[in-house]
Amino acid sequence: MTDAQPSYVLLRHRDIPTINQLDVYKANGGFAAFEKVVKTMQPGAVVDVVKASGLRGRGGAGFPTGMKWSFIDNKAFPHYVVANADESEPGTFKDREIMESNPFQFLEGLAICAFAVQANAAYVYLRGEFWQVAKILDQKIADMEAAGLLGDNLFGTKYSLRLYTHLGAGAYICGEETAMLESLEGKMGQPRLRPPFPPAVGLYGKPTIVNNVETLTNVPPILDKGADWFRTYGTPKSPGVKIFSLSGCVNKPGNYELPLGTTFRDLIYKYGGGVPGDRKVKAIMPAGASSSLIVATEQALDTAMDYESVPSVGAQLGSASVIVVDESISIDWLLNKTLHFFKHESCGKCTPCREGTYWMMHIAERIHHHEGTPEDVELLRTVAGQIKGKCFCALGEFSIEAVLTGLERFPEDFRIAVEARK
Amino acid sequence: MNQLAQNFPSNMLVKKYASEIEAILAKYPFDQKRSAVMPMLYLAQRDGGFVTKQAMHEIGEVLEITATEVASIVGFYSLYYDEPAGKYRVQVCADLPCALRGADEFLQKLCQNLGIKVGETTPDGAVTVESVMCLAGCDKAPMFQVQGAGSANGDDYIAYHENQTVESAMAVVEALRAKK
Repeated sequence: MTDAQPSYVLLRHRDIPTINQLDVYKANGGFAAFEKVVKTMQPGAVVDVVKASGLRGRGGAGFPTGMKWSFIDNKAFPHYVVANADESEPGTFKDREIMESNPFQFLEGLAICAFAVQANAAYVYLRGEFWQVAKILDQKIADMEAAGLLGDNLFGTKYSLRLYTHLGAGAYICGEETAMLESLEGKMGQPRLRPPFPPAVGLYGKPTIVNNVETLTNVPPILDKGADWFRTYGTPKSPGVKIFSLSGCVNKPGNYELPLGTTFRDLIYKYGGGVPGDRKVKAIMPAGASSSLIVATEQALDTAMDYESVPSVGAQLGSASVIVVDESISIDWLLNKTLHFFKHESCGKCTPCREGTYWMMHIAERIHHHEGTPEDVELLRTVAGQIKGKCFCALGEFSIEAVLTGLERFPEDFRIAVEARK
Repeated sequence: MNQLAQNFPSNMLVKKYASEIEAILAKYPFDQKRSAVMPMLYLAQRDGGFVTKQAMHEIGEVLEITATEVASIVGFYSLYYDEPAGKYRVQVCADLPCALRGADEFLQKLCQNLGIKVGETTPDGAVTVESVMCLAGCDKAPMFQVQGAGSANGDDYIAYHENQTVESAMAVVEALRAKK
């Protein structure tokens, strides 16, 4: 790679620190893609380019983005687009950096998505704690309006678009797309039964596309440089770059934009600077608190981080929020932490999740505080097994991933915890 | 006189924030006013540090929903409160990634220095320290947010403080106390 070539596709502020200013963003090719699609392309053709790029949703599910856009119901109007900026998975902090430091690329992606599905209004749903981020975006949206990039008759066409921010108020469940729509409608953030999916029945009962911030930030360069260019990064089935949020027991935690398919070893050691005190990695959670626990064998460390490879070591890539757990950490402590989180965040709509997370938390707390018996370990396993496959949405299903894999893959930690019982 | 203020002459929230409420309502379709409930709750809460029963009634009146429906939103979401606490809420993330970087010890020591337990308010009523769920600042732990109008970062109702030590956090607390 020569100096003339940029090193970043998404975190472009690391190459160009003032890219959060509209004139700088425009001087570096910003909004050329939006103007091109509005002036010269049919909406369906935009969808086709995104389909051809192979871009997959970066929020966790990895669903093909272009395919999602193509599901929009063109018999009912108006259409809406909602950007998922709820970023609440423990270990995930990538969307925040994009919105704080490269906001226009995200907003341009949102605008292109809105044109592609013929929506005239789009919302950015931010978690309530992102008060300062929302203030930044409001200012950037005002800058776009003043520059004629939002409003009526854009670029002399009949297309009009307006963007709005909307703050949540502290509820992990609102990252689930239908709970987010409920919340945006002014209700408790509890998931809806699917189908119908949002592209058919979404916000206010109208066809709606919900996409993650990072997903949308990929869209301007794809329209600018083409699907083939995008596929020069990553793997054939997981093309493109991905922002890996690295946290936990590492010397240099942070966001790392790398091609999909980079190994855990490179992320943790080459980029993350290794583990404090040169301790050994014990476990890896590649998808935040919702992860299965990967046993950090040599083979696991050499596994490629893409949607297809991570399941070979018994986990999912998800949102690529990689939490590193070193040998000084006991897994009974870790489960006590994740279960407090899920118990707090269960929305209460369905019984397996509401009651299951409550009881799992209490059993895990007992075991961790050396008040548990061997029967408690079996009880925890049983309760988790009873939750599995019975929840209304993914929150409950994800709450048991670390529990079941922790008990199965690190039984020694639980044996020690219950033997320490006084 | 503002149209809203004319429509709701005895609504104190409207009286005080008519133009803010109009700007909020303009974000949503005219027949979907209920969407404004969360931003309006922030308005009410910024005013007194928590949402009063009266504010719930007044929000319901503007949005044509019942006070009970407004209360359900207050109860569901963690960032709304229906009871007073310290003027500022110092909310430390002690979730898994932060805890792996010493957040639990940080929280305990901060509370020790302030002479309170987690969840309690300092005797002068300035600061309540709470343990909260992930704030998306995992790489900059220990970290916390300050909730309460007029934080150390200007007028942001919620402001982040990252890469903290107990000493730097105490300095933030002292600055908040000085503002009181």
